[in-house]
Amino acid sequence: MAVLDEAQVRDQVKEGVDQETVDAVREVGGAYKYGWETDIEMEYAPKGLTPDIVRLISEKNEEPEWMTNWRLEAYERWLTKEEPDWAMVDYPEIDFQDQYYYARPKSMEVKPKSLDEVDPKLLATYAKLGIPLKEQMILAGVEGAENAPAEGRKVAVDAVFDSVSVGTTFQKELMQAGVIFCSISEAIREHPELVKKYLGSVVPVSDNFYATLNSAVFSDGSFVYVPPGVRCPMELSTYFRINAENTGQFERTLIIADKGSYVSYLEGCTAPQRDISQLHAAVVEIIVEEDAEVKYSTVQNWYPGDENGKGGIYNFVTKRADCRGDRAKVMWTQVETGSAVTWKYPSCILRGNESQGEFYSIAIANNYQQADTGTKMIHLGKNTRSRIVSKGISAGHAQNTYRGLVSMHPKAKDSRNYTQCDSLLIGDQCGAHTVPYIEVKNNSSRVEHEATTSKVDDDQMFYCRQRGMDEEEAVALVVNGFCKDVLQALPMEFAMEAQQLVAISLEGSVG
Amino acid sequence: MALDDRKHSTTEERLATMTVPDVGCTAQARQSALGRLRAMGLPSRRDEYWKFTRPDTLVQSQAPEASIFADDEKPVFTDVDRLKIVFVDGVFDPALSDDLSLSGVEIDRLEDVCCTDDHWAEDLYGTLETKGQTPVERPLAALNTAFAGDGVTIRVTGKPTKPINLIYTHEDETSDVFLHHVVRVESGAEATILENGPAAARFNKCIEIDIADGGTLHHIRAQGRDHKRRAVTHLFAQLGRESVFKSFTLTANGVLTRNECVIELTGDDAVAHVAGACVGDGDFHHDDTVFVTHDAVNCESRQVFKKVLRNGATGVFQGKILVKAGAQKTDGYQISQSLLLDEDSQFLAKPELEIYADDVACSHGSTSGAIDEEGLFYLRARGVPKAIATDLLTLAFLAEAVEEIEDEALREEINGRLAGWLERRRG
Repeated sequence: MAVLDEAQVRDQVKEGVDQETVDAVREVGGAYKYGWETDIEMEYAPKGLTPDIVRLISEKNEEPEWMTNWRLEAYERWLTKEEPDWAMVDYPEIDFQDQYYYARPKSMEVKPKSLDEVDPKLLATYAKLGIPLKEQMILAGVEGAENAPAEGRKVAVDAVFDSVSVGTTFQKELMQAGVIFCSISEAIREHPELVKKYLGSVVPVSDNFYATLNSAVFSDGSFVYVPPGVRCPMELSTYFRINAENTGQFERTLIIADKGSYVSYLEGCTAPQRDISQLHAAVVEIIVEEDAEVKYSTVQNWYPGDENGKGGIYNFVTKRADCRGDRAKVMWTQVETGSAVTWKYPSCILRGNESQGEFYSIAIANNYQQADTGTKMIHLGKNTRSRIVSKGISAGHAQNTYRGLVSMHPKAKDSRNYTQCDSLLIGDQCGAHTVPYIEVKNNSSRVEHEATTSKVDDDQMFYCRQRGMDEEEAVALVVNGFCKDVLQALPMEFAMEAQQLVAISLEGSVG
Repeated sequence: MALDDRKHSTTEERLATMTVPDVGCTAQARQSALGRLRAMGLPSRRDEYWKFTRPDTLVQSQAPEASIFADDEKPVFTDVDRLKIVFVDGVFDPALSDDLSLSGVEIDRLEDVCCTDDHWAEDLYGTLETKGQTPVERPLAALNTAFAGDGVTIRVTGKPTKPINLIYTHEDETSDVFLHHVVRVESGAEATILENGPAAARFNKCIEIDIADGGTLHHIRAQGRDHKRRAVTHLFAQLGRESVFKSFTLTANGVLTRNECVIELTGDDAVAHVAGACVGDGDFHHDDTVFVTHDAVNCESRQVFKKVLRNGATGVFQGKILVKAGAQKTDGYQISQSLLLDEDSQFLAKPELEIYADDVACSHGSTSGAIDEEGLFYLRARGVPKAIATDLLTLAFLAEAVEEIEDEALREEINGRLAGWLERRRG
């Protein structure tokens, strides 16, 4: 074979492999892509957690008294709770009194009358996050932006910038459909009856240490209500960013899909590069009524710490969906590439008969990252179905654990679960673990669990290398293939980003 | 971490009722086991490792009564040419046992392990148990090391012509028995150890097995028969280079059985297979807890566990494959399956993998479900009565585990037992 120059090799690569992957690998240097820090003046509450701080947060959000009391009660309970230590993660003790529990951009101190008043630096942040142009125009308050032609599919964005929901786009169109999509603080003020009814009904105040903490100090988050029979006209999206140093981000998300409705919700997370580890403890509650369907997709690429394991986000998240009505359906899809420590188990309570839960996950841990993630499928109703597909990838010195529970209650007759957990190891210093709990309490249900652990196959690598790809490109390609089942479950907007992230996250793991 | 008060008091309460026996030259090992036990405390139902099985009746001072099983069923292995070693309620019975001399093997009672003659087992007693306490604590094994009243030491130096059969008979309805055996298979040697019998109202047994390079040991045990008995057993095995260890357990009946199996592959190219078939009916709780550690290159491990449960029986499987850093080329396999014959039975499983090496192929699977309706239909359409068809499918389900027994005669013996059990319950 004739010797090819680099361009020719590149062209050949284009033919055979997914260009997105190759480009992503090529384009990115050694650094964390989203590791900038927006220099915006922040307003902080004093460090530490006391009833006064809880009251302050409540006051800043102009909350009614019942909400303040709800938080204070959670705070009292939190004091009696112990930090869980069963996960396969190891991190220095967190001093919960050394954290800021409230921070928000100063420019928000007086609410902007129009989006024109939004700090331009904030808008630049969104631009870096890749928020589509039209939304940027709307966020920037460009006149007539709402009438500008939208490129491709519509996505409504509720961006959370360190605890405060900055602006919600597409409000009007959503309102017409009857969908409520706003920040949770707004919902507490505007729709107290809904919040009162549902908040804490899926994840009780004292569910676990971090959920209780969140209940006491959550500063903002998103609220979605889809009325009966409504198919939400667009994908709803939230971007979370942790910007200020030493602030914990405690968002609270509440999604209610009423009878026969449908909503797809995207959550993207990025946080800038920091040396000191930051704390994040979110709670997501989803209520799915009869015949309703919710899709919840997450791409989490928070700062994972540097290659020596310094810094990074501690991510302790409680996510749970409750399929209350018959034939309710919920689908969790997550791509977890960031955070130094991940502790996250999006769960489904399949209460309604014939309800369905699905969980698709890619967890990538590189360098010194530690991920302990999985799901719980609690089958209570008859004929319920669940499916778990988990792909864990470990590289460098990382530890990646799948931890899950499948529980078939005695009354969950004729139910079905299928679980598949695959782990891929890159390098001999990392670890991949599987800890599934299976509890079957009736005989008409079928439960299947499969797990495999393997490394990137030498033959596959040889094949790719022989066709001119370098080692990293080849690994990225193999890994993307390994993750395909999950990537396909993501909405289009996220699938591309996720695919790139997969490659970026493994940067420096070979050679 | 310091013990919580409750655990501490339960442990001390139990210890207050017991005295460390003076058997052979094991005093030092017993004292150190006592120290380990005090540090970890007896298990409680709040312990993660006892999530699915309540240890209460294994821990409490008084053994719950167990009626003696009376049946005309011939004990298992009766027709096998074997060397019998019989324990009646935990005490060696020389009259019922065969002469302990057999070419290629040295068998002694635990009490004959004396410091003066430099007995080989002296250094081994309690050693593998101690090793097996990390990363997961097994307090009931330490309790055994400290209080075992009897047991044998078996040293395999050649290839004995017949299997060694440890038989445990049960005659006292309140017997609370601790037995501790130590086995060493020397380089290139090969033997088969059989175990059977209900043993006691409450039975705590520990067996430590050290297999030297190139050694082979087959271990087949049949627990059960007595409906009311309780048992907790620990098997600790350490495998040298190119050694082979194959263990199979059949459990039928018993209110509570917890079999812990702790295997460490320390030499390259070693092979360990553990399998179990259990059939449970009614008030039956059976727990297989297996922990396989790969600490050498190119080793193979296999765990195959099958459970058939009916009338509210509970089956538990906690299995783990731990592949240490550097244990490359590991081939690990684990399967746990349950067949639930009615609505009331349950299967609880926690099949774990913990892997720190990249060039490995490890997989595990776990399934649970009812009998295959299509298979049943097929057989019934061909004139097989439902009850017999169910039994046929049940035996087929258990076959993968039973096939782990290499010796054909022994395999048939076990299959016969299973078929008999099913037939008696057909009603």
